[in-house]
Amino acid sequence: MASSSIPAGGHVDPTRRDFLMVATGAMGAIGTIAVAWPFINNLNPAADTLALSTVEVNVAPVQVGQAITVKWRGKPLFIRHRTPEEIKAAEAVPMSELRDPQTDNSRVTDTAKKVRPEWLIMIGVCTHLGCVPLGNNPGDPKGEFGGWFCPCHGSMYDTSGRIRKGPAPLNLAIPGYLFTSDTLVRVG
Amino acid sequence: MASSHGTPPVFNNKVIAWIDHRLPIFSYMEKEYHHFPTPRNFNYFWNFGAIATVMLVLMIATGIVLATNYTPHTTMAFDSVERIMRDVPSGWLIRYLHMTGASFFFIAVYIHIFRGLYYGSYKSPRELLWILGVVILLLMMATAFMGYVLPWGQMSFWGATVITSLFTAIPVVGDSITTWLWGGFAIDNPTLNRFYALHYLLPFVIVGVVALHVVALHVHGSNNPLGIDVKGPQDTVPFHPYYTMKDGFGLMVFLIIYAGFAFFAPNYLGDPANYIQANPLATPTHIVPEWYFLPFYAILRAIPNKLGGVLAMFGSIAVLFVLPWLDTSRVRSASFRPIYKWFVFVLVADVFLLGVCGANPPEGWYVPLAQIGTLYYFFHFLILLPVLGKIERPLPLPPSIADAVLKKNAG
Repeated sequence: MASSSIPAGGHVDPTRRDFLMVATGAMGAIGTIAVAWPFINNLNPAADTLALSTVEVNVAPVQVGQAITVKWRGKPLFIRHRTPEEIKAAEAVPMSELRDPQTDNSRVTDTAKKVRPEWLIMIGVCTHLGCVPLGNNPGDPKGEFGGWFCPCHGSMYDTSGRIRKGPAPLNLAIPGYLFTSDTLVRVG
Repeated sequence: MASSHGTPPVFNNKVIAWIDHRLPIFSYMEKEYHHFPTPRNFNYFWNFGAIATVMLVLMIATGIVLATNYTPHTTMAFDSVERIMRDVPSGWLIRYLHMTGASFFFIAVYIHIFRGLYYGSYKSPRELLWILGVVILLLMMATAFMGYVLPWGQMSFWGATVITSLFTAIPVVGDSITTWLWGGFAIDNPTLNRFYALHYLLPFVIVGVVALHVVALHVHGSNNPLGIDVKGPQDTVPFHPYYTMKDGFGLMVFLIIYAGFAFFAPNYLGDPANYIQANPLATPTHIVPEWYFLPFYAILRAIPNKLGGVLAMFGSIAVLFVLPWLDTSRVRSASFRPIYKWFVFVLVADVFLLGVCGANPPEGWYVPLAQIGTLYYFFHFLILLPVLGKIERPLPLPPSIADAVLKKNAG
């Protein structure tokens, strides 16, 4: 560094100068990061966006075999009242056949650890690239596994919302939810 | 390249002389755009840099006017665009020019890139010039993508969802990055606002990189269809009036075709689904990006693994950055490379094939076709080019540009 420019006969302590250079540089870098952070952080979700993150749904009108779509955090939330056959089909799948192995039971448990196999509550966003899979409305294609079919790139989900075929890597996500009564569920 | 006109110009106009003595913009224009010695053998492929520059200016001009009437809010964006189309005086024309202009900007740039590939314009000493060009392409893609979101139609929303969701493929931090990009838990108003801000900013960044691109170009001058270096004044003509006229003529032809589309088929290159307002609860049955992204979209979908698809798509652009070092042949122009000459057209055909695959749903034959197309794309750059340079026997190069031109005209 500075040692090459020391004049002959002059006395300069190179280690001290080096230390000052490194210390100044380090402080400058820390300062730059500290100033950059609010600009980066500014792009994160704002408080009002976060405040919209809970929704309460009355599921009493949803008949067995029906499904509804509710908007939550700007995304569709799928709530399906499963038939006994659908539950049985989901429970019968061996773990070895699953790309993202999860038991059906673990996907229908609320935050109070209560299992309600008749209610499947999921975020209706394909884990591939974020499309909304079809299968919630009567007449929709449900794919080869009787659950959901994503029209964008052909992912297929079973009656437990688990990925079975196509490019998606993961099962449809289960949000944290709690049944506050037998017919009222709070999501988020 | 040293100018053959070494003496600085003398200006008769006193005001110009006064300014130029203090800020030599007039001498600069004289040197770089008037006397600038340019190879005398350009063909019409050499028009497209100038054409692309004009399209950039046109996009900025129409964009600024559109911005005066556009409202970047999810509840009003779609209606404000419809208002521009129906109520704002000449709004329909400005919007159609901007919409069609994006397509024609990409047409000009893609032809410009093909010119570079065919005539080896990326080879020494123009590697940085080429790399700056790839940076411009990336910035254009980002700008076009964000601009397409602004009308807040169905394809705006779902295209944005698919493309931003690419980042969820990144291990561990992918979801946090995506939430950060969105400013929420889905594409929503915060996303629209930031896309609008960036869509306004990036074109000016492109102008900056274009300036660097031109500075780098003027160090060693343009390549030419023979791909050999300029050896003396007999090989060049001054840029003005020779190439200002040739560029001007090519530009007029290009603008006539562009205007033809803007006036008579403005929606031909677009997707009708974008005239339906965005609905976050219903995905259109078939999401497709604009045509200029189709080959890359096909590469994304060709790999049956999410992270792999994303890497392949970004890799298809990234490979262009290292192209100057992948091509081992020292001969620039494909005219003297008997084997490469054919393969460069195979690559073009491959990109068109990928485009067709990208436009169609990923079913049936389109899946293996897209996979073959993707494989060939990377084969061309990563295996064919390095090997071909070693085994190909190039044709003899002419001694000089002047020699080749005079011989051709004599015969």
